[in-house]
Amino acid sequence: MTAALDVAVTRRIGEFDLDVAFTMESGISVLFGPSGAGKSLTLALIAGLIRPDAGTVLINGRVVTDCARRIHVSTQERRIGMVFQDGMLLPHRSVLDNVALAVRQGDGRRERRAIARSWLERVGAEGFVDRRPGSLSGGQRQRVALARGLAGEPALVLLDEPLSALDAKVRGELRTLIREVIVSAGVPAVLVTHDAEEAEETGDVIIAYDDGRVTGRRVVERPTPPRDGGDEPPESGASA
Amino acid sequence: MTALVPHSWLNRLGIPPWVWNPLSVSLRAAFEATVVVAVVGIALGYLLAKGRFPGRGAIESFFSLPMALPPTVVGYYLLTRLGGPGPIRNAEVSLFGHPLTFTFTGIVIAQIVESFPYCVRFSRAAISGVDPRFEQAARAMGLSQWRIALLVTLPLARRGIVAGVAMAFGRALGDFGATMIVSGSVPMATTMSIALYNAVAYGPHHQAMVLAFVQLGVALAILFGVSRLGKVRPW
Repeated sequence: MTAALDVAVTRRIGEFDLDVAFTMESGISVLFGPSGAGKSLTLALIAGLIRPDAGTVLINGRVVTDCARRIHVSTQERRIGMVFQDGMLLPHRSVLDNVALAVRQGDGRRERRAIARSWLERVGAEGFVDRRPGSLSGGQRQRVALARGLAGEPALVLLDEPLSALDAKVRGELRTLIREVIVSAGVPAVLVTHDAEEAEETGDVIIAYDDGRVTGRRVVERPTPPRDGGDEPPESGASA
Repeated sequence: MTALVPHSWLNRLGIPPWVWNPLSVSLRAAFEATVVVAVVGIALGYLLAKGRFPGRGAIESFFSLPMALPPTVVGYYLLTRLGGPGPIRNAEVSLFGHPLTFTFTGIVIAQIVESFPYCVRFSRAAISGVDPRFEQAARAMGLSQWRIALLVTLPLARRGIVAGVAMAFGRALGDFGATMIVSGSVPMATTMSIALYNAVAYGPHHQAMVLAFVQLGVALAILFGVSRLGKVRPW
């Protein structure tokens, strides 16, 4: 079976030296470790926002970075979805526009907006599609950011500490939502966190980081969720 | 220029031609100069903010020169380049049938040169100030560089950019030194500043007072507009 993600990269920034290698299959892999361990840097290298000094990145078997062969597929061409800590929603666009901009499939504006709307419904954000992000709470913004991250039919979703700016109650709600939506969409995801509880509740696999190295890997035991057809992704939605 | 507004209207409004003529020349020249400055200046500001190429600092310094030079020096170089013998003057004659010095177009060129640095520097600073994570998110969404510039970067930087364009308009409208040297104060290319100078130098002096007051009002309106841009939340 082709790995959803295969990473083996090194990158030196000042005194910090990142040297990591791991693979992941489907589900949610959590990069867990203290701040400054290199988790977010790894995410940026996977996304192609930063080039490694050496190594390779393969997404679904496709080489997107290979320093030896001078291959560096642009971020736009990697078919990834990203969810940032602060959402990074465009403040001058409505919630619906923010998500519709990420939709790659669909022929016209109307179709893209319909797809965006269906994703907003899936994350429980259908009540504020016409509002601007500035008028939303932190939790609402992250729901929209999650919809945007998935709306483009990505091959891989990268979530960079998406819950760390939220209070405990909202964090708990969104942990469940993130897991439910990503698992039901069938999109492999990498989530970065320094919160042990979040790693346990959200991830299928926990990859421990410390000082720029992978120090451990553990599969989280959890019952297989029933797939009764009641939570299928929309036809135009993301797929693995 | 008075043809822009019928004489009867001006009479009814009590605006004498010696105010309206230079005011309309000033407004029209500043507007035309600002359109050119906005298009080219924002593009150059974007390039300077986002581009990584050798000579970036030198280019920015070169285009900022008019901010540091006395306007008369800028005017002198424009007069000698546009009006003196050489390939530039030959090109003007073949394109327009005459040199551009002592014409309305010459005024517009002088004002473009004088106001250009304000637009470039404000735009570059505003574009540099946009959080790069917005652009990273847009790249992950698959947007091309063009779409990121048009849909993400420029809208997020728009307050600073608009302020820069407004400052450029104000600078163009208020220019005296470069405009005076390039236009030579010929009748149909007399701006408010030049008309004021003529009124002070040759009279009548009450006209100088009125012309100065009108310019004061226009400058206050521009500054008020710029300050409003800084206060109003754009979204």
